[in-house]
Amino acid sequence: MESQKVLDAKGLACPMPVVKTKKEMDTLSTGDILEIHATDSGAESDMAAWAKTSGHELLHQEKEGDILKFWIKKK
Amino acid sequence: MIQAMQAKEIAQKVMNQEELFILDVRNTEDYNDWKIEGRSVESMNKPYFEMLDGVEDVITHLPANRELVVVCAKEGSAKFVAEQLAEKMQREIFYLEGGMKSWSEHLEPVKIGDLDGGGEVYQFVRLGKGCLSYIIRSGTEGALIDPLRLTDQYEAFAEEIGVNVLHLIDTHLHADHISGGRKLAEKYGGTYYLPPKDAEDVQFSYTPLEDGRVVTFGEDQVNIRVFYSPGHTIGSTSLIVNEEYLFTGDILFLDSIGRPDLAGLAEDWVGDLRTTLYSRYKELDQNLKVLPAHFSKLHELDETGRVVAQLGDLYEENHGLNIEDEHEFRRVVTENLPPQPNAYQEIRETNMGKRTPDGEEQTEMEIGPNRCSIS
Repeated sequence: MESQKVLDAKGLACPMPVVKTKKEMDTLSTGDILEIHATDSGAESDMAAWAKTSGHELLHQEKEGDILKFWIKKK
Repeated sequence: MIQAMQAKEIAQKVMNQEELFILDVRNTEDYNDWKIEGRSVESMNKPYFEMLDGVEDVITHLPANRELVVVCAKEGSAKFVAEQLAEKMQREIFYLEGGMKSWSEHLEPVKIGDLDGGGEVYQFVRLGKGCLSYIIRSGTEGALIDPLRLTDQYEAFAEEIGVNVLHLIDTHLHADHISGGRKLAEKYGGTYYLPPKDAEDVQFSYTPLEDGRVVTFGEDQVNIRVFYSPGHTIGSTSLIVNEEYLFTGDILFLDSIGRPDLAGLAEDWVGDLRTTLYSRYKELDQNLKVLPAHFSKLHELDETGRVVAQLGDLYEENHGLNIEDEHEFRRVVTENLPPQPNAYQEIRETNMGKRTPDGEEQTEMEIGPNRCSIS
């Protein structure tokens, strides 16, 4: 999937994957897509829940080995 | 400033009914599924990712004068939130060290009592999951009933009271937690007992826990009488210690009864469960004190944190023992059961020796609430 930016949050423990995602998101423009790679298992449900409460759209998420990948579209 | 609070401290506060306020910052789904509870505990949920712009909104909901503990899955997010709260509120804020993982794994030992002929009974309360296990002491020898995989906690306690745990007994093949029986038997050079009817597929050698067998051990000659009581599983077996205590495993709890479906055979085993609860146990001495392998609600703990009741009292008060009609009983124990425990199939296979998950996998398999009773 196309994305404007890729955030590498691999190796970071909770809460940092979501904290960094939010910071990165703040620098993007509406409609931009941020791709996030994380390894903390907590991110799997938290990223979706955060996107929902913050109004951004989680377009897709998948697991590749130990790496969790997310594509989130900025509102 | 922020300070760590250990699971043990929270467990003692819950048992001593000291006031505590918990801010649980996990996502709402996890919170609703399973959380820290206690009669003196008040908790609220606010996911950490809803506080990335600041904690001002939540502060208005927090009590000013009570100890405040922030809790998350592991501890990182709790520290993150606790730091912000401490700064804004200018007070001390605690976070749960090791998160809900350590809460799930903590065992709190309480003494049940002395045996008439000498010897003692201790109960290990796993508050985070509702599991109960027991050490029976006879001089310098010990028996451990329904041991959990958290073997270092038993070892530390056994050392403290000076016993060698030589008898490791599982009342049935567990589906909600991984047994520590085999590991401890190896460690102490002891014997691991398992009911043979639950052990048909196990991949290791064990000593069969056969009906009528009496295990006598230690300087105080404590005796454990094996009493077959199927229904939760086909092998489920009770233990009668010195004709004073009845260890019921997952067959009978203080406020509920066992469920017959965790090995996939509810329809087959409901008859066994009925016979055990309405005949076999009824013929026992009603003064026996019941010690189950689980509690499901906190009110089952008495004011000192123990879970124990007389068999005769349970026949008066426990709804599961007072369903006269057999069809109604069948319906209650097979329909509308709560969800099965997390990863229960994998846990059973691990307890049979068919799987050998690593430490982290074991933790994941056991996470979440206990669901071995029918309600």
